[in-house]
Amino acid sequence: MNSTAGTSAVRPAVMAAPTNVLIVGVGGQGVIMVSKILARLSQLQGLQVKQSEVHGMAKRGGSVFSHIRFGNEVWSPTIPMGEADVVLGLEWAEGLRWLRYLKPGVGTFISDTKRIVPPFSCRDRQHDARHGYANHSVAEIVNQVPSAFAPDATGMATQLGNERVANTILLGILSTVMDFPVESWREVLPEFVPPKTVETNLKAFEAGREWTTKPHAPDLNETSVVQHAMPTSRREVNLEITEAWCKSCDICVKMCPERCLALDDHQIVELVKPEACTGCRVCEWLCPDFAIAVHVSSVPIVANQAGVSTEVSA
Amino acid sequence: MSEVTQVCEPSARSVKPDADPLPSDEIRPMTGNEAIARGVWEAGVRVAAAYPGTPSTEILENLAKYPTQDLHAQWSTNEKVALDVAYGASYGGVRAFCAMKHVGLNVAADALLTEAYIGVNGGMVLAVCDDPGIHSSQNEQDTRLFGKLANVPVLEPSDAQEALEFTRWAYEISEQFDTPVIVRSTTRIAHTRSPVRVGERQEIESRGFVERPENIALPTTARSRHPIVIEREKLLETHFSKSPKTQWIKGDKAVGVITAGMSYGYLREVLPGVSILKLGASFPLARDAIREFCDSVERVIVLEELEPFLETEIKAMGYQAEGKAFFPRAGELSPEAVHEGFAKAGLLKSRKLETLVVVDELVRPPVLCSGCPHTGGYMALRALNARVAGDIGCYTLAAMQPLQAMDTCVSMGSSIGTAVGLAKAGTETRPIVATIGDSTFLHGGITGLIDAVYNDANITVLLLNNSTTAMTGGQEHPGTGRTLRGDATHAVNYAEVCRAVGVPSVKEVDSYDLGVLYQAIREATEYKGVAVVIANRPCVLDPVKIKGPAFQIRAAGCTACQSCMNLGCPALSWSDEMLDGHHKIRIDESSCIGCTLCVQICPSDCIRPALELRVS
Repeated sequence: MNSTAGTSAVRPAVMAAPTNVLIVGVGGQGVIMVSKILARLSQLQGLQVKQSEVHGMAKRGGSVFSHIRFGNEVWSPTIPMGEADVVLGLEWAEGLRWLRYLKPGVGTFISDTKRIVPPFSCRDRQHDARHGYANHSVAEIVNQVPSAFAPDATGMATQLGNERVANTILLGILSTVMDFPVESWREVLPEFVPPKTVETNLKAFEAGREWTTKPHAPDLNETSVVQHAMPTSRREVNLEITEAWCKSCDICVKMCPERCLALDDHQIVELVKPEACTGCRVCEWLCPDFAIAVHVSSVPIVANQAGVSTEVSA
Repeated sequence: MSEVTQVCEPSARSVKPDADPLPSDEIRPMTGNEAIARGVWEAGVRVAAAYPGTPSTEILENLAKYPTQDLHAQWSTNEKVALDVAYGASYGGVRAFCAMKHVGLNVAADALLTEAYIGVNGGMVLAVCDDPGIHSSQNEQDTRLFGKLANVPVLEPSDAQEALEFTRWAYEISEQFDTPVIVRSTTRIAHTRSPVRVGERQEIESRGFVERPENIALPTTARSRHPIVIEREKLLETHFSKSPKTQWIKGDKAVGVITAGMSYGYLREVLPGVSILKLGASFPLARDAIREFCDSVERVIVLEELEPFLETEIKAMGYQAEGKAFFPRAGELSPEAVHEGFAKAGLLKSRKLETLVVVDELVRPPVLCSGCPHTGGYMALRALNARVAGDIGCYTLAAMQPLQAMDTCVSMGSSIGTAVGLAKAGTETRPIVATIGDSTFLHGGITGLIDAVYNDANITVLLLNNSTTAMTGGQEHPGTGRTLRGDATHAVNYAEVCRAVGVPSVKEVDSYDLGVLYQAIREATEYKGVAVVIANRPCVLDPVKIKGPAFQIRAAGCTACQSCMNLGCPALSWSDEMLDGHHKIRIDESSCIGCTLCVQICPSDCIRPALELRVS
């Protein structure tokens, strides 16, 4: 038994029902490496273990998960929802996504606060567009899950000189809530990391264990992991098209990044989607005949007393 | 444009040949795929072939780790060729193996359905991996139906240990009953690691080529073989009924559950204590065993993933079997789905989960990697407003936001034929372009290209050559100049192939040079007839991970126009800094590989080498 085990609710592995650990993250973060370490540890304890993952899209920056179940008898390779003893997130939004798999009230939630914002969240071109990124603050989650650890593991890893050892810091934290002897962790870890990084990884492992011994009151003033400042001005774009100079060459239409230009019935360029125009000036610069001039201006916005933004009339 | 340097980092591709096989009788964690590979090696197989396809890919990759003198393992151009190669070896009198994903069997089916008549000389086994839940495929077809169609036995392992044992068993059945055998795996078996006790390799004496009339599939031989095939089905039914691989787990007689494969694990998890008949083979059916089992229990429930295959058969035997009334026919089973199914059947209570914390889930679809050489081609197609017939590969992701530069995608190699049809329909006003990757082109695209030339279709083919089979994790193929085991070999020259089949206009360009790429595709679309543009750049992940000096955005110069965001590059995201209510952009330097695509797009020239910005 691990003498340093905390007050966690992880069941001792000798019980009949298997222990369930769900490792989640983004493709390329090392979810599979982490789960292999855990599987190896369980096997060394003489336990049956099943570790299930899905490949294919894994490298493509998608959501990646790996189920690990160990105990005297393990049948299903996947963890039923609400049955995970531990959810270990290598990325904040991914940790949150799988929170529903955690055993309510007793499961341990460990997640790096690192955020990887997918391009999909940044596709809105409108004024004051918001990230689609998970809008839950660390405090909000930590206060609702009885056993939760949310370190800035990537930040800690960077300080150790290698951003990639963030996973090992999280493993260090995991080791304090699991019933494996800490020596086993230290023995197994070097088998799964690149030989050159063994030393840094062992340091990272200890850093993770040490992190749990210190109090980490979540910052209650922090409202969200995503900062969003209220805009104080808005962009106004006017396209001045000199129709007499347009010779219907189509260059601006083809090259507009937002596809907001088209040729009209007379084969003259017109702005068909003014709301999509970002004022990037590509058309102005590419037009061989100077037929397009882009006027971009910044219009200030002041907040009225009710906190609602209104535009200053010109 | 900056030159992207290649960092030498070993990839999945560099298989160590002649690695020591595991000592026998050792227990170690293996995935289903590793276990099948081990089973193939232990069965004394001499020739193995496959075309990569998730979730089956790692079977051949693992086979290549066994000694060269034990077996020849190879990537083939496609699944049909792979099956032909394996079957050729069987003709030659040695045990042979072929692996593929479920849709790969569609490609190989032509050969398989006739091989079922011919029979085998050396034992012949196919591992076919289904993908219930469609994790990485274009459909979720059920291979058991293929087994029935082809009259070929289908064995269904339920975990990695059985994957190994059933593979060895399959060779015994194959040789005893003179038939090819399918070992049907699923994603969950293929990619679940569990402890496996391994055995020793069995050395099998070659039978040599045996001259039999049925070796030649002709109407006369086929006519005489068909009754034998039907008789074989009966013999196998009896054999499976008596086989210890058909397991009767005694339990409560009120309910008897018949199951096979992965579903067995879910059943044991969710509903312990019931009577279980676990079939080792789902075709031909162990009818005697099923009858005996059904007669001994009060209620019969069939638990199976995907189609009601067993259920239909058992109902036809005259039993009131229930199954798909409770369990979903579409999608992957899970402990939750099985629990809810038994709840519907009145055997369990439905589980209401307390919701711990309600979380807005972030949408995170897979995307093209940062620096992916496919991106440029689709940016150009987007600008040209082309009607794009896509194909299977990483580049299918270009159909998603923000690129949204693909209109169709069907199956391996379909793009070119689809484009020909679009052109011949005569309804399309936009330029018609087929986009196809190098491995897919070799798999099934060349015949389409010949068709296009033959019928003088007015289409453009954009061949995205990244010199690897990227989507499945970077496997070698006939265009890479390396074999499965990493030996140097001839590499296909795509431009020569195109010219040889009669394509009049062939142009090769650099995938990272947006201007040239755009120009080349535009000229190709304006050309009347078949024009091929070959865009060359290696995949950023395989065979070597490419990482050049990163770029960064000079925030002062960024006008927040977000033109660069149209690339969908995962290294680009909104920065916290805003201009007139629009986010400026930042680059994650650890994921930027320095491909310069965003630099070429930026209208305000504010994307600079990160080092330069730091110095100034």
